[in-house]
Amino acid sequence: MRRLLPLAALLALAAPAHADHSWIQPSGTLFSGSNNVATFDAAGSEHVFFFDHRPVGLDSIQVWKPDGTPGETTAAMTGRLRSVFDVKLDQPGTWKVASLQTMVVGTFKLDGEERRVGGRGGPPPASGGPGAPATREGGRPAGATATQPPAPGGPAGGGPRRLPPVAVKDIPPEATDVKLTELVTRLETFVTVGEPTTTLFKPTGKGLEMEPLTHPNAVAAGETLRARFLIDGKPAPGLTVTVIPGGDRYREETGTITLTTGADGTVAIRWPAAGMYWLGATATDAHAAEPRAAERRMSYAATIEVATP
Amino acid sequence: MRTIPLVATPVLFAGLVAAPAAAGTISITLPRIPVAEYHKPYVAAWIEPAGGGAPRSLAAWYDIKKGGSEPGYKWLADLRSWWRKAGRTAKLPIDGVSGATRAPGSYTLPLPADLKPGNYVLNVEAAREGGGRELVSVPFAVGGGGRASGKSELGLVTVAAR
Repeated sequence: MRRLLPLAALLALAAPAHADHSWIQPSGTLFSGSNNVATFDAAGSEHVFFFDHRPVGLDSIQVWKPDGTPGETTAAMTGRLRSVFDVKLDQPGTWKVASLQTMVVGTFKLDGEERRVGGRGGPPPASGGPGAPATREGGRPAGATATQPPAPGGPAGGGPRRLPPVAVKDIPPEATDVKLTELVTRLETFVTVGEPTTTLFKPTGKGLEMEPLTHPNAVAAGETLRARFLIDGKPAPGLTVTVIPGGDRYREETGTITLTTGADGTVAIRWPAAGMYWLGATATDAHAAEPRAAERRMSYAATIEVATP
Repeated sequence: MRTIPLVATPVLFAGLVAAPAAAGTISITLPRIPVAEYHKPYVAAWIEPAGGGAPRSLAAWYDIKKGGSEPGYKWLADLRSWWRKAGRTAKLPIDGVSGATRAPGSYTLPLPADLKPGNYVLNVEAAREGGGRELVSVPFAVGGGGRASGKSELGLVTVAAR
């Protein structure tokens, strides 16, 4: 299920020229009392924290309670521009809400014809059979269709029809020129009820991750957050980390801060002002989990709220 | 708590409401705010060592009589700075610190009698329903004092650390 992603997202990710910021934004990050519900928006956008492009699919969302057990989402829905869900914060400490997506995109040739690989795939190129890809009913992310307007006269109207993409597991053995890239996306945010905890900061050792060295729910304007970036659990030196304050619609400059991780993979971010910030990094290597994929492109993004001093 | 005869320091306490005797005092003035629907603010006061270190809460005024299982805890996080630095790690209510919200006026509170010599910062933060939030910081040294004024939610804040 986790391999499913809207085709629009797939295309956006596959086109590095497009400034696509994906994020999960919480309604708040510091909570007091014990009867709290946080609501979250999950979207990919050109302008950070505005809903201007596509939703993040709900099937990628995972919630961890402070003790490491899975949390639940309620009131979830996906619109054309964003997904929304609530989380009842019924445990004190620091919660993690994330979107984890892995998918393989690319092309291959079959009988001299080029076919695309990606998304949930269409019907397998050969006759269906039991290996046909599962389709998810009901919760289909709206972005899957939105950026592909039907041709004039309707989707079946004139011109040669483009064949639907094929899921990676349905690539027939006789395919040639298989060119695949694995895309691994991790979006995170943290919210804290009462006293902060660090249980969930332990890296998983898989893909591109951020290990907070300063608690992200304990930073204020003028203070510094330190974090270590890791690839497969190892420090990632020389990585470019981009920090963008939200609300760029209301100012001239984007206010982007660009930093580079040191030899130990760490970076120190000094927050110029209070507000909601997007923090992201990308990395590419050849260590894809999918054996036929020559390249692995990893992206990480976190939403961090910086408090007033 | 040590008691010092009030008569010994009449000048210091002039103009302050009921100064309890201790190693020193702070005063907090909550201004009268002319709005149609006024709610008494949540207020927190705490001191921090000037060079950084553990904060020490002196007062947290919130809706401690609110019904239900949680007496006013939900909006304590609106005292943003105090909540982040001290409130969220404390077990509520805090003995000798938690108290009911107060009407506009001046209030005097004792500084901890065991305050070690050194430089500190007194922070007073106020957050009001339907209103704003303000933080006033007053650096002081034990043996001295200081004062600062808020602009909106807080009036004069003084510290006299004898």
